[in-house]
Amino acid sequence: MTREKVRVQAIVNEQPVEFLCEPRQSLLECLRDILGLTGAKEGCNDGNCGACAVIMDGRLVNSCLVLGVEAHGRRITTIEGLARGAELHPIQRAFLEQGAVQCGFCTPGLILATKVLLDRHPDPSEPQIRRWLANHLCRCTGYDKIVRAVRKAAAELREVRA
Amino acid sequence: MKWFDYAAPRSLAEALDLLARNPRARPFAGGTDLLVQMRAGQLDPDLLVDLKHIPELNELDCDGSGTLRLGAAVPCCRIYEDERVRRYWPALAEVAEMIGGIPIQSRASLGGNLCNAAPSADSVPVLIALRAVCRIAGPSGERRIAVEEFCTGPGQTVLGPGELLVGFEIPPPEPASGACYLRFTPRAEMDIAVAGAAAAVRLSNGVIAWARVALAAVAPTPLLVREAGDWLADKAPTEENIREAAELARKAAKPITDMRGTAEQRRHLVGVLTRRALQQAIARAREAQP
Amino acid sequence: MSGGTYRVIGTRPIRHDGADKVTGRALFGADVRLPGMVYGYVLRSPYAHARIRRIDTSRAEKHPGVLAVVTAADLPTGPDRLIDLVEGTLPVSYARANVLARDKVLYKGHAVAAVAAVSRHVAEEAARLIEVEYEPLPPVLDVLEAMREDAPRVLEDLCMREFGELTDKAGNIGEHFRHVLGDVEKGFAEADVIVEREFRTVMVHQGYLEPQSATALWNQDGRVYIWTTTQGAFSAREATAWILDLPVSQVRVTPMEVGGAFGGKIRVYLEPLAALLSRKCGRPVQITMPRRDVFEATGPTPGTYIRVKMGARADGRITAAQVWMAYETGAFPSGQCGFGAICILAPYDIPNVLIDGYDVVVNKPSTAPYRAPGATQAAFAAESVVDELAERLGMDPIEFRLKNAAREGSRRADGLKYQRIGCVEVLEAMRNHPHYRAPLEGPNRGRGVAMGYWFNIGWYSSCTISVNPDGTVNLVEGSVDLSGTRTTIAMQAAEVLGLRPEQVHPVVADTDSIGPTAVTGGSRTTYATGWAAWEAANDVIRQMKQRAALLWEVDPEAVCFEHGVFRSGDRSMTFAELAERLEETGGPVIGRGTVNPSSAGGSFAGAIVDVEVDPETGKVTVLRFTSVQDAGTAINPTAVEGQMQGGSAQGIGWALNEEYYWSPEGAMLNSTLLDYREPTALDVPPIETVIVEVPEPEHPFGVRGVGEANIVPPPAAIANAIYRAIGVRLRQLPMKPSAVLEAIWSKES
Repeated sequence: MTREKVRVQAIVNEQPVEFLCEPRQSLLECLRDILGLTGAKEGCNDGNCGACAVIMDGRLVNSCLVLGVEAHGRRITTIEGLARGAELHPIQRAFLEQGAVQCGFCTPGLILATKVLLDRHPDPSEPQIRRWLANHLCRCTGYDKIVRAVRKAAAELREVRA
Repeated sequence: MKWFDYAAPRSLAEALDLLARNPRARPFAGGTDLLVQMRAGQLDPDLLVDLKHIPELNELDCDGSGTLRLGAAVPCCRIYEDERVRRYWPALAEVAEMIGGIPIQSRASLGGNLCNAAPSADSVPVLIALRAVCRIAGPSGERRIAVEEFCTGPGQTVLGPGELLVGFEIPPPEPASGACYLRFTPRAEMDIAVAGAAAAVRLSNGVIAWARVALAAVAPTPLLVREAGDWLADKAPTEENIREAAELARKAAKPITDMRGTAEQRRHLVGVLTRRALQQAIARAREAQP
Repeated sequence: MSGGTYRVIGTRPIRHDGADKVTGRALFGADVRLPGMVYGYVLRSPYAHARIRRIDTSRAEKHPGVLAVVTAADLPTGPDRLIDLVEGTLPVSYARANVLARDKVLYKGHAVAAVAAVSRHVAEEAARLIEVEYEPLPPVLDVLEAMREDAPRVLEDLCMREFGELTDKAGNIGEHFRHVLGDVEKGFAEADVIVEREFRTVMVHQGYLEPQSATALWNQDGRVYIWTTTQGAFSAREATAWILDLPVSQVRVTPMEVGGAFGGKIRVYLEPLAALLSRKCGRPVQITMPRRDVFEATGPTPGTYIRVKMGARADGRITAAQVWMAYETGAFPSGQCGFGAICILAPYDIPNVLIDGYDVVVNKPSTAPYRAPGATQAAFAAESVVDELAERLGMDPIEFRLKNAAREGSRRADGLKYQRIGCVEVLEAMRNHPHYRAPLEGPNRGRGVAMGYWFNIGWYSSCTISVNPDGTVNLVEGSVDLSGTRTTIAMQAAEVLGLRPEQVHPVVADTDSIGPTAVTGGSRTTYATGWAAWEAANDVIRQMKQRAALLWEVDPEAVCFEHGVFRSGDRSMTFAELAERLEETGGPVIGRGTVNPSSAGGSFAGAIVDVEVDPETGKVTVLRFTSVQDAGTAINPTAVEGQMQGGSAQGIGWALNEEYYWSPEGAMLNSTLLDYREPTALDVPPIETVIVEVPEPEHPFGVRGVGEANIVPPPAAIANAIYRAIGVRLRQLPMKPSAVLEAIWSKES
């Protein structure tokens, strides 16, 4: 083994970044510990809770199961990249208005999951929403207000696009 | 985690060379099983070989004969988003949507599912039912084996030193055929199957021309139940015959009791799921265009 | 809702920390970043019960990148004494032993040593180099087995407290208590129908998404600074100080945002370890628990064995109830059986009651509160028996409960006489709800109901409010905000001050910056800290009236304040106008409030649930769920609904799938979020909520805490629904598919 760190260059939240990491550091660790983006959370470190979810090349991924070195050459969006300046994204606003945030730990992953969902399926049904979010555990809300927030955001985004 | 090195070869030859020179290397695609096992201390490779930049392992195409060539590293999301897979191999698209959840499906591959060789692997019974063939490459060249031969025990496969699963070849669907995989999980999603059953049938002149039944999570490996399929050949697709085939599957199962289910429960579920999977496969066969 | 009288209370403002929570800016425990910070990893016992013969940390200490290693030898010893922690009084030696095992490990996962290194990976590598020599002992893993005279002893010095007195009966029983009302023999003799049943529940976890994480700096000024995910900054300060044998004022705790707690983040696990490591290496040390450790080494809730016998006359009146209940409290004693006993018959007015309760130690992680601790297990038993009794009498389950409902003046089993309570109102709301009357068609479908109760606590809180020149106020309080209480507290101050909620800037302060405030738990926060805010706001108004009086040259008594306006005669000033003039009238105005209510009004909750059972697989699907709860006065209905829905979802998981699955040697085999099956969005239906308001008589706004009672009814309601769906009663939790199948097969054979 070389015991050498690897240089990674990527686009994170539309900004080029460059860092050195150990191959054993997950993308989650690199985001949190090297790039200072602590919005993605460690809930289980084995892909079963969704709290670490980020968007990589347009796909929702559990960043705990992606190696930092795999981010090389990729585009990554974290929760910190969603708002535009001082303006919250409609999904962020919908989560707040509908009371879909209690402790807030699952919220970043859920909001990013919602973004990918609504980018692909602008008018999802409730079963579709619940299925899409099945990997994202929430222990506080019972999911009810989260589903309402997703529908509200979907309606608002459809209107904006129309 | 222990330290390991990382390599991302751009060609199959390069990958095979890395594996040959590093006996403690492990190939990976999605990493959704591998990283979890490494963190739990069950595996400790010195080198991870990333397969996601190798063209052969990432192809998803139909060749001239209508065979689906599916690279081992293709993530589930590409499988179920593909129009051709949804149309001609719907059971494959469905099982790709069952594995984990959306973020897992962005990364997890059927090749990884097979090579992980868990008895509960959901995609393997489907691949078996669809008569998929594995392409393996290694130091002595390429070979092919049927999917049902690939797993030899929990976590164990036929892959020898330096060998790599390159991909699958899935034959084109025959006229009036249908397939279905059903599994039982305590939650709606996100669980490892307590038991699973895949069925594929072809109808011809009002009878079952052939049938294949394969099971998950009720034996040391995914299990092709030849006797169930053989028994159904040339029989009418009646409820009674379906039940008999399900009973044969139930008898073939060798389940254990563990934290995911009891042996009695699993044995019982095999009967229920095989029956239901056969019913749906037959219904699909009836609907399929000749 | 609270119609008409309030301007702010009853509205649904966006929470003050909302933007931070949806942008990822909110800082949770593991998000703390300090210059020079290093990382810790905890080595834990592989055995459920063993003596520690030898620990050799030398190889770990020499590993490159390691800065410090600690074991129990680094903890103070000294004479043992009782300390008063939130969960009860216990010897400080027990608290220390749970942080780091000294002579014995008492559960698999019990901490044995901790390492600080330049990264978590290096710390973990080094921890594996620590050599521990164990002498395994037979583990005690079942509550009834543990109670036997010949059972292996978990704690060598534990003697039973019986009926309030310490005895010399050594063993695994920490406490035996008894509640008596009337004469149960007489009561049963009067009964026309008697039902007696046994119930078992298994250990489950609060299941919060955020693992524990603590960062500590043992500073060169002699003080220990801690940043941690905790439900109580002050309780964490005390516990850490006592464990480390430091004056409490030498510890400062800064509470971080908390990613779920539900009672499981009161006790300190990592804080003392991080502090000890920091003392050794002179750097801030952060320790975050891996998920496996959260399951194996924090505080799940007890598994139980409960026997309930109830008798009733043909006219439907319950004449007697007798309960025998044993709770496994894990490696150290806890009081949860006592809480269960308070709640088990709480919805009913029963003249003759006998409850015997036992807290029993076993070789499992030391249990901690989980949302209405002890009550859910108890209700599973009692509400199933009530359901059976109603059926035998041919009465509707809600009518039967109404006939026996506890009211003001009824006595609880532990002797307390109820003040004004909302039990009847909750039952009536359930009976009148469209869900209860909706037809439920189709095979294998059934509807069940159940009630629940949590007594809620009062306790001490502090609050200060300072007035800004622009007419807004800063509100400083010491209640950790788990789910939006900084806003519900701010709303109560806003109501008094005539301000909008966004004109109040709430801050949750560290232990140096605000007066002592008890833990966020027991459903006390909106109640007690809101009360403290009400006091502080009234103090502000009193002072500002004096300032207005100065400006108008009148007597302060002649100034009144209403709807945000100060008036005297025909002169008036808005709050903002007066705020601008504070400097010239004497300087800043700061109001303060402290409260310490000795009790709080309890909250009753009910659940109506429809299920469908697949008799071929045993799968239970929850089709429809309605949660009803008495909130006293709902300060923020969105927040109240959120509590009801969250507790209901946890109750559904507890009922159907969640369990600690043990190996014969006492290891939890399913310590991941894959196999510890918490409900996903697909596993719960939309959860309808009905907020009942029976104001609590003491609180200025009539608030009753709502955080807890809602988790209590679901398991029993689901059991009752399953019975109506397929004709079998399940008396063990979880009612997982294999259990349902076995119950169906037993019935058929």
